[in-house]
Amino acid sequence: MGGGCSVKYIDEFRDGNLARIIAAKIAREAHSDRSYRFMEFCGGHTHAISRYGIPDLLPGNVRLIHGPGCPVCVLPIGRIDNAIELACRSGVVLCTYADTLRVPASNSMSLLRAKASGAEIRMVYSSLDAVRIATENPGAQVVFFAIGFETTTPPTAVAIQRAEALGLRNFSVFCNHVLTPSAIANILESPQVRSLGTVALDGFIGPAHVSTVIGSRPYEYFAQEYAKPVVIAGFEPLDVMQAILMLVRQVNESRAEVENEFSRAVTREGNLKAQALVAEVFALRRSFEWRGLGEVPYSALRIKSKYGRFDAEARYGIEYRSVPDAKSCECGAILRGVKKPRDCKLFGTVCTPETPIGSCMVSSEGACAAHYTYGRFKDVEVVAG
Amino acid sequence: MCLAIPAQVVTLLPDDMATVELSGVRKEISLALVDGIEVGDYVIVHVGYALQKLDPSEAERTLQLFAQLEPPWAGDAA
Amino acid sequence: MTGSVKRDYVRPLDFKHGRVELTHGSGGKAMAQLIDELFLRSLDNEWLRQLNDQACFAVPRGRMVLATDSHVVSPLFFPGGDIGCLAVHGTINDVAMSGAHPLYLAASFILEEGFALADLKRIVESMAEAALHASVPVVTGDTKVVERGKGDGVFITTTGVGIVPAGVDISADRAQPGDKIIASGTIGDHGVAIMSLRENLSFATTVQSDTAALHRLVAAMVEAVPGIHCLRDPTRGGLATTLNEIAKQSGVGMLICEQRVPIRPEVSAACEFLGLDPLYVANEGKLVAICAPEDAQRLLDAMRRHPLGRQAEIIGEVHDDAHHFVQMETAFGGRRIVDWLTGEQLPRIC
Repeated sequence: MGGGCSVKYIDEFRDGNLARIIAAKIAREAHSDRSYRFMEFCGGHTHAISRYGIPDLLPGNVRLIHGPGCPVCVLPIGRIDNAIELACRSGVVLCTYADTLRVPASNSMSLLRAKASGAEIRMVYSSLDAVRIATENPGAQVVFFAIGFETTTPPTAVAIQRAEALGLRNFSVFCNHVLTPSAIANILESPQVRSLGTVALDGFIGPAHVSTVIGSRPYEYFAQEYAKPVVIAGFEPLDVMQAILMLVRQVNESRAEVENEFSRAVTREGNLKAQALVAEVFALRRSFEWRGLGEVPYSALRIKSKYGRFDAEARYGIEYRSVPDAKSCECGAILRGVKKPRDCKLFGTVCTPETPIGSCMVSSEGACAAHYTYGRFKDVEVVAG
Repeated sequence: MCLAIPAQVVTLLPDDMATVELSGVRKEISLALVDGIEVGDYVIVHVGYALQKLDPSEAERTLQLFAQLEPPWAGDAA
Repeated sequence: MTGSVKRDYVRPLDFKHGRVELTHGSGGKAMAQLIDELFLRSLDNEWLRQLNDQACFAVPRGRMVLATDSHVVSPLFFPGGDIGCLAVHGTINDVAMSGAHPLYLAASFILEEGFALADLKRIVESMAEAALHASVPVVTGDTKVVERGKGDGVFITTTGVGIVPAGVDISADRAQPGDKIIASGTIGDHGVAIMSLRENLSFATTVQSDTAALHRLVAAMVEAVPGIHCLRDPTRGGLATTLNEIAKQSGVGMLICEQRVPIRPEVSAACEFLGLDPLYVANEGKLVAICAPEDAQRLLDAMRRHPLGRQAEIIGEVHDDAHHFVQMETAFGGRRIVDWLTGEQLPRIC
């Protein structure tokens, strides 16, 4: 927006002049006789690409594909049902990040609707807010609805340890944390994916803030095993542009390495303190259902038994029931980059941000919501032109 | 889960907390996930926690990389 | 021990520790006392003094404008204002957006049993001050009390009446291709000031609500350019919603330029922290004007001469578009749509 002095580490990474310089480099270096397909894997990247109109600045043969980088989008309906079930229990106060409130669950319910019907649901900005609510309301049973990839997992670990240190008896966590590398592996290789259809990819734009926690090391396996380049990109639009340029170069030079564009916040090892904390509190689940991808082995976390009394699933005897997506919903294919939002019959008609059918439309990072909100005017021009 | 912003630490508080500032807006966040943070450092903040300290020299290097007008020599990596 | 009992002695209301009771709304002595000691004393004017259930006034010739607004803001008190002055400014602005001079206001209160009289007094005094400053008196009103738990402390509905000068025809369906779009000042101030107090989102900021009566700014604008096409104040839903409404009503499209939209750095930063888009955040002291291109500079200059329009900017243009899209050139160089708001804007972490 206009006015005001430059905000350090934000405005400089959004500079329009630099954008043109990088765009020119990409246009110059992308070979016109081939196409480049890069998958980005971070809700923040999906959002930045749409919000800043990055596809406008790329040549036609460089295509960005939205992968399953939005944890709300990959959360199965059945888990939301469980959260609603918890919230509706008498005495329970469910604390959740705002992102989950509108996700449609079974029986036309959502957390927001449950709240309107009287369930005690509170939106929190931080996991520590949930701990504070538990401390201030000893008569209530506080359950924290924990979702997210590796960026959001350490904050949950801190909250659990904090609750333990405070001796809280009325705090527990409904854990839905999932792992990024597992999702990438799933995209690249799995019998289910092969039967459902997968897309040829030339490289990955590695997630920004997940990587500050896990470091660049975990991606080396993919680069080697699948011979795909990975460039970890920062969250700002110039970061994304630069990462695309670096990927184009890797492809041109037939390299498949892990490069780190986000060097100001990501190291090879990552945040060891946060990683140790997570290892202390969480263990791997053998399998976990991802919306659109099916069951993915060793892809999610559960709370270790030594912190078992903070595990809401154990405490309340939660049973998971898998709920399939609506029949014409193409979220699964869209999450895997096989289809685009406008390939879905429901897109923009039955399924809109106001009345979302599938997860890709509910979260503003979902491919469908982002496209609908920022880019659908381009579809119209294509149709008209 | 990628909404995070770089903000500057202005005050260290007890209990592993700190006040960060962004353009005159201040917020209290947790430093439980990082070590060795001092007043004046920039940190990446996400859901009320500092996730990592921002490296100013790397930030500068990245900006210069953006502005490079000529193709680099082969093998240039960030 | 003889002492004379004062005749008609009524113990004055305890504005320090007293609370609203059901009797205050039941039409009897308690209600009369509340009206006398609080409303009349603060809002004092010749119409209220008559103690009628209605106010009678002569109306100048011309087309009359009537507008009404209910105010349910929470929290009731926020940096830069409160529900009282908000209620006065809001309806004055609704009337003024037609180009009319606002003349009189009516105010009705729904009070919750148990609401602190100290807070009520603060609110009514704030209303009185706002009305006085705007020269638009509150000439009649009503009070009801609901049981504890059935109200959010206080709800206020204000209704306003005004007269539109001859030759002025301002309406949201009058925007035409080629017109310029002008914003009167920085966006998002009010919404951010409110959110700074909401539970779970506390942070210290110097941002104040921009709540203000815009009728004098409008008068100056109409004098400079009587042929203004559209005026609207972007309250709930923010600038984006207002532009989409006008685009739809006028059957046109719009293109705005992100870099020209005025925003304070603190508001921008607060929105970054919270994952909000400032284009959708509420304003209470700003307006959007749309006029023919040849009038734009003159209108802009008139706005900038007024204290409430110092930071006015031409932010975009109207064009032909069958789909009525509002598009924005981002500072980055790409284009995106600025769509209707879907549901309530919830801060996101993702």
